[in-house]
Amino acid sequence: MLGLNFNLNNLLTKWRDNKEEKAQKKQEELYYASQSKLIWMRFKKHKLALVAMSVLAILYSLSIFSGFIAPYEMNERLSEYKYAPPTKIHFISKEDGLRTPFVYKMKKEFDKETFKYKYVEDKSKEYSVDFFAKSEPYKMLGLIPISRTLFDAEVPIFLFGTDKMGRDIFTRVLFGGRISLFVGFGGVFVSFILGIIIGGVSGYFGGIIDEIIMRLVELLMSIPQIPLWIALSAAVPRTWGTVQTYFAITMILAFLGWTGLARVVRGKLMALKQEEFALAAVAAGANDMRIIIKHLVPAFISYLIASITLAIPGMILGETTLSFLGLGMQPPAVSWGVLLQDAQDITVLSNYPWYLIPCLFVVLTVLMFNFIGDGLRDAADPYSSM
Amino acid sequence: MANYILRRLTMLVPLLILISMISFFIIQLPPGSFVETYIQNLQRQGYQADQNEIQRLKVRYGLDKPMYMQYLIWIKNIVFKGDFGRSFTYDRPVSEILAERIPMTMVITLLAMVVQWLISVPIGIYSAVKQYSVIDYIATFIGFIGVALPNFLFALVLMYVVYVKTGWAVLGIFSPEFIDAPWSLAKLLDMLKNLWLPLVVIATAGTAGLIRTLRATLLDEIKKQYVVTARAKGMKEWKLILKYPVRVAMNPLISTIGWMLPALVGGELVVSQVLNLKTVGPVMLEAVQSEDMYLAGGVILILSCLTIIGTLISDLLLAWTDPKIRYD
Repeated sequence: MLGLNFNLNNLLTKWRDNKEEKAQKKQEELYYASQSKLIWMRFKKHKLALVAMSVLAILYSLSIFSGFIAPYEMNERLSEYKYAPPTKIHFISKEDGLRTPFVYKMKKEFDKETFKYKYVEDKSKEYSVDFFAKSEPYKMLGLIPISRTLFDAEVPIFLFGTDKMGRDIFTRVLFGGRISLFVGFGGVFVSFILGIIIGGVSGYFGGIIDEIIMRLVELLMSIPQIPLWIALSAAVPRTWGTVQTYFAITMILAFLGWTGLARVVRGKLMALKQEEFALAAVAAGANDMRIIIKHLVPAFISYLIASITLAIPGMILGETTLSFLGLGMQPPAVSWGVLLQDAQDITVLSNYPWYLIPCLFVVLTVLMFNFIGDGLRDAADPYSSM
Repeated sequence: MANYILRRLTMLVPLLILISMISFFIIQLPPGSFVETYIQNLQRQGYQADQNEIQRLKVRYGLDKPMYMQYLIWIKNIVFKGDFGRSFTYDRPVSEILAERIPMTMVITLLAMVVQWLISVPIGIYSAVKQYSVIDYIATFIGFIGVALPNFLFALVLMYVVYVKTGWAVLGIFSPEFIDAPWSLAKLLDMLKNLWLPLVVIATAGTAGLIRTLRATLLDEIKKQYVVTARAKGMKEWKLILKYPVRVAMNPLISTIGWMLPALVGGELVVSQVLNLKTVGPVMLEAVQSEDMYLAGGVILILSCLTIIGTLISDLLLAWTDPKIRYD
């Protein structure tokens, strides 16, 4: 009996000590935490930003694994199913009640009132939606040979309907995401680097260098963007593939687009270099490079991070706009902008409203990036009251 | 202050010259020239042009001279004669085409700006003062949507909704009956009736941005010491808000006024394209694509110069209204 009590006491003490240890460790972590860890801890308090991160993660995974998730190929045409509306997925069968998801076959009927073709569900046979269905072998991510897709059915299953050539819009949205979601990163990265370096030099050294650089910045900022885009897209050699062309144009725009960031960096540096910590570094004998990189830049890195996060949706919107105008990506390449090209016609839209679904994806992505950017800005700013 | 203004003004002329060269360069970027495209089109229709003909066309369009000569002639005509050249596609003087389209562009842009400011300033101020109220959430929501939704998509969706609900396709500025009719009250009313869609679309995008900026700046300012002092001294809440923090928060907005200048002439390109409005935007798009050198060059030159002047105006306005900025 005594032995048992003794053991219990031991356990309790150990448990209490453990808890204290943990609390102490956490406190120490806070003292030793790096800047990024602190920012992350504050970021986690923003529920909206966290949700946005998960949504974006889902979107990006969808496009990376689009080969696996989409039941059809990017440009695969099913010519008997042009302009088909989204297939309805049913869960309640006539005979068995609730069952695994299934679809009906779609029949084309000629509507004598509107003189147009309509798609009607043929309710005679129910076709199950097979998950991890067999398909033709392909390479997922270009590396892993695989011959299954996430879902499929024996009859055509169009989650977002089809377009004028009978291509499944769901598949095209997924594959289009590969371009729309990723192609802006390179441009943002380049303008980011350029903006920091040039703005940094201008703000830190001041004087004549500052004047020259600022006039250059003004010059670049006055060039109207859209004519430049048009001219550039017409000037790129036709032998290049569409994606390459777009990448080239994005890079060129990035080389011209660093100006906004440069101006802000310059402003901040001009203010910061008078601060005491910078003067202390100078007094300690640090050379210019070290002062800029190790002391000044981390002071406003919060703004930089928020800036990048908010520049990316700008690129995405830019790509969409340009492809929509016919200047960016062209068919047969697929991006969300290209998909929206088909939606331009008002008569098309009124008859086949599912053409607008890529629009939802664009809006969602941009919205999510904006939430994350706002959350990051609040989390990283040391003076905000969080 | 006067020093600063003088410096900026002296920099203006070299900048304008540089930008005119860049504009010219942009036009020349697409490969080939107007004559070559013209010849190609003719060939496609089965008409073979011989060397003499091609040479004659080149001389006619002034494309036979070397690049710098073309540039100089172009600039000389603009500066001394006000002659922007002749459009190749429309075969009319560029100034005529522009004079046709610019007034309408200006009307739309001005109206949109007025609407934007009228809506966003009160909402921005209210949502910052009464943070977390219903209006604040609505304003923030509109702000986010306005930023995320591309303009042209909004135009499309709106057009679609209106068309489905009322069967009225809102395209163009005038209804078919009024296009060639002389100006009258009825025509004006008709124009307003058709304009509400592009106005809503253009104004929404700008409104969202303005509300966000105003709200953010105002939120920062309200927490500052001088506001607390004013309150402690017994000023009425709304009076002190409008008199002090709002004035500071308006600064970023005022600095965007300068950008109004190029927008007045350039207009909103994509929305005009989608809604088929007869403004400068679509003309510019078509001109650059078809290498209509003088038309495209003229528009781009005007826009770039206006942007530079607009930036100058913005900076001057900012230096005037914000006492914290002194560029000595």
